[in-house]
Amino acid sequence: MLGPVLPKEWLVQTTFPRLMLDHAKARPDAAALREKSYGIWQTTTWAQLETLVRRMAGGLAEAGVRRGEHVVVVGDNRPRLYAGMLAAQALGAVPIPLYEDAAAAEFVFPIRNAEVRWALVENQEQVDKLLEIRDQCPQLQRIWYDDPRGLRKYEEPGLQSIDALVEAGAARVQRDAGFFDAEVAKADPQDVAAMFFTSGTTGNPKGVVHTHFSLLDRAAAGQVFDKLTAQEEVLAYMPLAWIGQNIFSYAQWLACGYVVNCPESAATVTIDLKEVGPTYYFAPPRVFEGLLTSVMIRMEDAGAFKRKLFHACMAVARRVGPDLLDGKPVALLDRIRWKLGDWAIFGPLRNSLGFSRVRVAYTAGEAIGPDLFTFYRSIGVNLKQLYGSTETAVFVCLQPDHEARADTVGVPVQGVQIKLADNGEIMIKSPGLLKAYYKNDAATAEVLTADGWYHSGDAGFIDDSGHLKIIDRHKDVGRLAGGAHDGALFAPKYVENKLKFFPYIKEAVAFGNGRDRVCAFINIDMEAVGNWAEKRNLGYAGYMDLAGKPEVYELIRGCVEQVNADLAHDVLLAGSQVTRFLVLHKELDADDGEMTRTRKVKRGFISDRYAVLVDALYGGKAEQFIETAVTFEDGRSGSVSATLKIADAKTFAATKKAA
Amino acid sequence: MADPETGRKSGDVILDIKNISLSFGGVKALTDISFNVREHEIRAIIGPNGAGKSSMLNCINGVYAPQQGSITFRGQTFSHMSRRQVAEMGVARTFQNLALFKGMNVIDNIMSGRNLKMKSNLFQQAIRWGAAQREEEEHRAFVEHIIDFLEIQAYRKTPVGRLPYGLQKRVDLGRALAMEPQVLLLDEPMAGMNVEEKQDMCRFVLDVNDEFATTIVLIEHDMGVVMDISDRVVVLDYGKKIGDGTPDEVRSNPDVISAYLGTSH
Repeated sequence: MLGPVLPKEWLVQTTFPRLMLDHAKARPDAAALREKSYGIWQTTTWAQLETLVRRMAGGLAEAGVRRGEHVVVVGDNRPRLYAGMLAAQALGAVPIPLYEDAAAAEFVFPIRNAEVRWALVENQEQVDKLLEIRDQCPQLQRIWYDDPRGLRKYEEPGLQSIDALVEAGAARVQRDAGFFDAEVAKADPQDVAAMFFTSGTTGNPKGVVHTHFSLLDRAAAGQVFDKLTAQEEVLAYMPLAWIGQNIFSYAQWLACGYVVNCPESAATVTIDLKEVGPTYYFAPPRVFEGLLTSVMIRMEDAGAFKRKLFHACMAVARRVGPDLLDGKPVALLDRIRWKLGDWAIFGPLRNSLGFSRVRVAYTAGEAIGPDLFTFYRSIGVNLKQLYGSTETAVFVCLQPDHEARADTVGVPVQGVQIKLADNGEIMIKSPGLLKAYYKNDAATAEVLTADGWYHSGDAGFIDDSGHLKIIDRHKDVGRLAGGAHDGALFAPKYVENKLKFFPYIKEAVAFGNGRDRVCAFINIDMEAVGNWAEKRNLGYAGYMDLAGKPEVYELIRGCVEQVNADLAHDVLLAGSQVTRFLVLHKELDADDGEMTRTRKVKRGFISDRYAVLVDALYGGKAEQFIETAVTFEDGRSGSVSATLKIADAKTFAATKKAA
Repeated sequence: MADPETGRKSGDVILDIKNISLSFGGVKALTDISFNVREHEIRAIIGPNGAGKSSMLNCINGVYAPQQGSITFRGQTFSHMSRRQVAEMGVARTFQNLALFKGMNVIDNIMSGRNLKMKSNLFQQAIRWGAAQREEEEHRAFVEHIIDFLEIQAYRKTPVGRLPYGLQKRVDLGRALAMEPQVLLLDEPMAGMNVEEKQDMCRFVLDVNDEFATTIVLIEHDMGVVMDISDRVVVLDYGKKIGDGTPDEVRSNPDVISAYLGTSH
């Protein structure tokens, strides 16, 4: 099933439920979903899935779900939640996946905004959250849960297990076998298929409305681009509410008919990854970073011989590996060296990471560090980048095989047109663009022009080879004012990313727009810095203590100055060098509103919340006391206080070379 | 104590302890202790250090033989039972200081709790053939349910010694559950844990009680935990019973207050 560009008619005529029925008819006994339960991978075939979806749709119809209504889906990747989305779509209802790790209060807006009457949830945790906000969402009628554990004694009106839903549906299907097909036949590909609430850095989230057509067109574009077949294996472990996971494990799953594997629990993902051995893999950079960090830490603890062998092989890999993957000419001797390394280190390493069978791996969502990117390419993992967002149904730009680079996001994929607005903003035209923001015409008009161009909000340009390069969010790109670099470009994300590429720095927040120089907050990486401290017999009591150690400040200063030296090479960005920094006493956390659920720092919120610290940075103070309210994991709140030191960093004169 | 809301907790006495006295030489560990445990309840034994809580548990468990008194379990009365007899009757326990096989992985540790349920002999198990293999698979499936229940799927193959303390406690509980006990004795299940681990453990104890209808007798120092999750509480001090009743009754008992807070003279 590779090669041919899918005919337009095929896309225009189909919907998600119809694709499911097609697969069930063509390959009833092929695996559709697998879930590890009680330690054993259990398979759901396409035929079994069809039966389940028919029954769930019957149950939903019995309960009163109507065409065009919304159904929220909250939970990890679970086969019955997938089936639930298909069942809702079969009835013409619109599933809204929500982030399962969100606090209860965060559900209120989407549920009220979309007038949701129905919810499909995974377990007690999610049921508790919905019950907590029920008085604020009186229209919420039914909550169906997948896992009954701990819920036996709940007596809430409208609370039911998915088992009961399936049972009610089975009765309906028996009474009226033709109803499901009739409902599916009523759907038009231009009907709304799903809605995703964007985690928006400011204001209320916005519901991004996608049709069957917009999602499936992009799914197919990606399928053709990477020649995906029904034989692919995918591990679904990111939140379903994230469009990336939804495209990879739902839209493309139904478009290609491959197997989606659901891990046992969030804690077992690395084990499951190894067992499944996915062939098609998608993860944000932080997942790749986490995997690399764990490898490096384990290597540091290995014996001297193994360490030596590892570093020798990795040196070969860095030199030769990326060229080999890019299909560039490589000297025979180097090929042999790499092959030896592959036999000794890379192969076993890929295996232990679970990447032995990966044919295509993508990273997106954030910029990826060049070292990190090169590491995976050099050991033979075909890691590539893509560009897209919730509003574009992901696939806008993709890197072709042999053209993967750390600093670009690829070439426009089939069907996409890109142009740059006069102010440098990237504009996109694509069949995968959102239909609208739900009940928010003002916001829709802001991003969609009358002639169909979408304002991406990103600043960037297309380089000589036709690859798109992103600098930063368009609105975040600022200018310095006053001082030595008056009027110079300031791209905070660019600076932050450079800082974050060091393993010791987990998060960074750079300030400088409208100011005379750049200052930054740093969050240390507890694992990496903790390990570093242990190696030096440096005792510490916890995160706050470690973050405040003078030795740690020196370590971070080294990183900052390296970034400065690097920035100095680029005339445009030389003014963005970090002059002063401090190491924050607490980790930036989405629960405190400092980051989005996809772990992007909310710069404006942080600069308000820590205004005293920002003032101290620019006021030239040597230290500053701060007290901050925090929310603990169990939902209670308290406060932490600390006196933070502020350090200066060396800056460098700009060199001539322009990057 | 019948739960007024669900009526689930029936009042049948499953374990009746009558006039137990235990001494080691001249040291009187327990003096004339009587209390009972009803089916499906969570019964706590509390008291200051050295009050005789663990000794009490060890008497029920057959580790110590009390000099006087009797223990009635499901209508059968004993003055002393061997540990094996007690286990075979469906009483399992966890330990204050953990007694896991540190070098073995989580699965094997929990499997060891199935020991009493295994019918095939050592030789059959060693060659793992026919009935022995089928039997092992059945037991393994049971162990998987426990692993799922305690949410330790990520550590199946990890040697127990490498796990953090809170997780080891969970494995210890898992091994006790593997015996499918009717009565579960927990010796300070929350000791040495941080707040989050304690909350997790509380949830598991309540879930065990709820899902498997297991009767639970627990010793605990953390008063908050005890008052939150137990149905009835026995208070010991210097080997004597000084209070017995619901958490509210015990909390307002003047003897208990003075034992815990000291008396003003």
